[in-house]
Amino acid sequence: MSQAQVVDVPESDPRVKQMLKVIKNYQKRPDALVQVLHAVQDTFGYLPMNLIRVVSKELHIPPSRVFGVVTFYYYFSLKPKGEHNCLVCTGTACYVKGAQKIIDQISASFGVKDGQTTPDNKLGLQTARCIGCCGLAPAVVLDNEILPRTDPAQITGLINARLGAKK
Amino acid sequence: MNLAKLNDIAAATKEKCKNKKRVCVCAGAACISSGAIQTLDSMKKIVKEKGLDKTVDVIPVGCIGACHQGPLVKILPDETIYQKITPAEAALIAEKHLAKNEVVKSLLFATGAGKESPVNSNETDFFKKQRKVVLETCGNINPESIEDYIAVGGYQALYNILSTLSQEEVIAEVKAGGLRGRGGAGFPTGLKWEMVHRYINSTKYVVCNGDEGDPGAFMDRSVLEGDPHRILEGMAIAGYAVGAQKGYIYVRAEYPLAIKRLETAIKQARVQGLLGDKIFETDFNFDIEIRIGAGAFVCGEETALLASIEGKRGTPRPRPPYPAESGLWGKPTLINNVETFANIPKLILIGGKEFASVGTQKSAGTKVFALAGKIMNTGLVEVPMGITLREIIFEIGGGIPGGKKFKAAQTGGPSGGCIPESHLDTPVDYESLGALGTIMGSGGMIIMDETSCMVDVARYFMDFCMNESCGKCVPCRVGTKQMFDLLNKICTGQGSPADLALLEELAPYVRETSLCGLGMTAPNPLMSTLRYFREEYMAHINDHWCPAGVCKMEPAAQLAEAHS
Amino acid sequence: MTPLAAPTTTILVTIDEKTYSADPGETILDVCKREGINIPTLCFLEGVSTVGACRLCLIEIEGTRKLLPACATVVAPFQKVKTNSDRLKKNRRMTLELLFSERNHICSVCVANYNCRLQDLAHEVGMDHVRFPYLFPDCNVDGTNKIYNIDHNRCIMCTKCVRTCDEVEGAHTWDVRGRGFESRIIADFDEAWGTSPTCTLCGKCVSVCPTGALWHKQSVQNNMKKSPEMVSELTAKRGRKG
Repeated sequence: MSQAQVVDVPESDPRVKQMLKVIKNYQKRPDALVQVLHAVQDTFGYLPMNLIRVVSKELHIPPSRVFGVVTFYYYFSLKPKGEHNCLVCTGTACYVKGAQKIIDQISASFGVKDGQTTPDNKLGLQTARCIGCCGLAPAVVLDNEILPRTDPAQITGLINARLGAKK
Repeated sequence: MNLAKLNDIAAATKEKCKNKKRVCVCAGAACISSGAIQTLDSMKKIVKEKGLDKTVDVIPVGCIGACHQGPLVKILPDETIYQKITPAEAALIAEKHLAKNEVVKSLLFATGAGKESPVNSNETDFFKKQRKVVLETCGNINPESIEDYIAVGGYQALYNILSTLSQEEVIAEVKAGGLRGRGGAGFPTGLKWEMVHRYINSTKYVVCNGDEGDPGAFMDRSVLEGDPHRILEGMAIAGYAVGAQKGYIYVRAEYPLAIKRLETAIKQARVQGLLGDKIFETDFNFDIEIRIGAGAFVCGEETALLASIEGKRGTPRPRPPYPAESGLWGKPTLINNVETFANIPKLILIGGKEFASVGTQKSAGTKVFALAGKIMNTGLVEVPMGITLREIIFEIGGGIPGGKKFKAAQTGGPSGGCIPESHLDTPVDYESLGALGTIMGSGGMIIMDETSCMVDVARYFMDFCMNESCGKCVPCRVGTKQMFDLLNKICTGQGSPADLALLEELAPYVRETSLCGLGMTAPNPLMSTLRYFREEYMAHINDHWCPAGVCKMEPAAQLAEAHS
Repeated sequence: MTPLAAPTTTILVTIDEKTYSADPGETILDVCKREGINIPTLCFLEGVSTVGACRLCLIEIEGTRKLLPACATVVAPFQKVKTNSDRLKKNRRMTLELLFSERNHICSVCVANYNCRLQDLAHEVGMDHVRFPYLFPDCNVDGTNKIYNIDHNRCIMCTKCVRTCDEVEGAHTWDVRGRGFESRIIADFDEAWGTSPTCTLCGKCVSVCPTGALWHKQSVQNNMKKSPEMVSELTAKRGRKG
């Protein structure tokens, strides 16, 4: 299997200190691993490999166990996300209402596959098992904003508008 | 905190709202994405501008239920609901309804075309047959205000048990209520509490399972977002009954709003002394921590959930020993689902006997369903157990849109099955649904019409289970993969009768031998669609044809067909 | 902590219609082993913790609908156990079929040929052909360690190596990455075994591996002998049990 594209964060980054503080708040308890990883991902948008090593060391958890946990949960990502991210819900309600067509359309328009980002790192495409907004099916989350009742014909325009807009 | 203070808060909050209209703007996740925040801001602004703020309160509330018509605005005490309210329409409502008490008929919540919409939303088809216990105050109170919750009787049940009931008496009350686990399997809640209570001289834990992983289910999300204090109170009551001092709520990371509201609620409860040490000036100490999941469906399984709370890979382990005996860090642990805990305060307040008067003999109370898919009224509904599926789908749900024909109702998510038209008059209870080859599940109900292919649906769920299998036990890890491959073959028109035979042998094997509930129930969607829609499978296999027009047949198959 | 007074006296259990006495706390597998009743096991290893994952040792207990793993089920008074019913035999064959279909188990070119627990079990339960397509997932062979190799194509994910490395050697070099069908055994942060700073080169994982997934570099086809009992004896001497 291919190794994830590894992008390190320099340990001089001020956010690293913040991360160590979070670990300290959990009194370095090994059971805080998942919560600490959440904090790291919230801060950096993904889990930089060198920081995973720091987490392993700080919490005194063997490397392989940390990596086992990181790769077990779909929420954690070892790769940096795109500048903008599009998450298509593939829950049952969205599925029966055509989520696949939305995914296909985005893939075709932007040349990006599920779990990837465009070469210029502008747009990342992900799918989710269910975001719990079944009343709005098919739903898409674009940069944390839920787009209700999306339509393959419109989705490209919506994303383009977002990509054009300043972040 | 003591009773006098609790009553003071309730009285003061009620006094503030006295003779006032309350404008509840739904701030559930669905309405927010339809623009509810803008509507809320506009409503607040206009009410202030028009000087109505002496007689009108504008508050954000949790899910009102009719998610398809959002943003929803509900006016209390009139019980009038307006649908799809834009900021401009909010102004109109303020001008007419709030200032002059004139109902804006054109914006009224409507569930059926051609009929005049009742002013009181409780008389609409959507709400008429519902019965609210869990959602009693969800949509009427501000979820970020503990005073609001106390004003509607919140934390009264906790006070009652702490001041008057022994642990055994609380458990007896829950047993009398006949409450069963709302997470899906329907294990009697009182019995579970008793099992944990029996262990003496041990640290114990109460865990709330908020890992609502079924695709197509959003009941727990709505309750957590709309009425978080109810869960905290339910957990505290459970903590007292079983003898635990510490509780954990495990919530999906995909529900950021629910996490935020829970955090706020926990903080407020601590400040008011409703969590922490010496609650209600008794010797009862109880505190709650949030644990955030990270995207693993299997963590809804109780032993996997406990492993995840301990910061490990969320893989299940064989039971027995059950968590009641050896759970979190090897200690006796009570695990109930969000909706189960949400039932508790009400059950205690009205008493077990009264609680059990709703529903059927074996399945007491109500059940919240998340209606979605090919149905007119999608949203959150709470119905008494024993109601028929037909009533839910065609009366409350308003039937199938676009003049299409109903095909199946899917309950229980990837662990459940599909119910065909011929069984729609089945009452909704644990046993009846089980007999149909599906499960009650946590409450997701996806409606499918004639444009859904049931083989494709079976493949969809198998794909889900295959991806969510933790990989620990062989039947689930390899079995779901092989079943998926076989279903994929059939869906692309390359399946043979031998493949179907193999599937029919593999499915009961996986059900019988898997380690945990995920594997044991993974074959359910397959088996139930085979049971009721076998002809669709045969069409794919024999005729290389998908009757619903969903599956794309491989060209090779079509070619073979042309030559045959 | 136990609610009812734990029985301290001998327990009577009926296994395959014969009655045996057992000590409280013993598992059904313990009793069967002592009494010479054969139950196939694959992920069970005396001396390390029990996971109940391979599902080969499932047994029937009268009055219980679920099949339970003998390795993880503690005896109860007057239990009636069936270890070898047709239903169980059929399931065991299916489990082995699935295992053989999962990765790459071509016995004739394997170092563990004739010394393989998976192969033995296939003979034992009469699994003579696989009806499922072979999945042949993309698995690599890591030969970076100077003494041993790991071939993920032969791995059946029994996790004996993981548990032994953690619980007996205390190194915790191995763990499991990913999930489901995609899960794999990993060293440290999914790195080359040869560069692992945690590995002590003790070779216990190689000894307990039931197939040809972990093997000694010097061994050739057919001659990699395994010795899982070495770990069991070691832990017995230490006086601990999973």
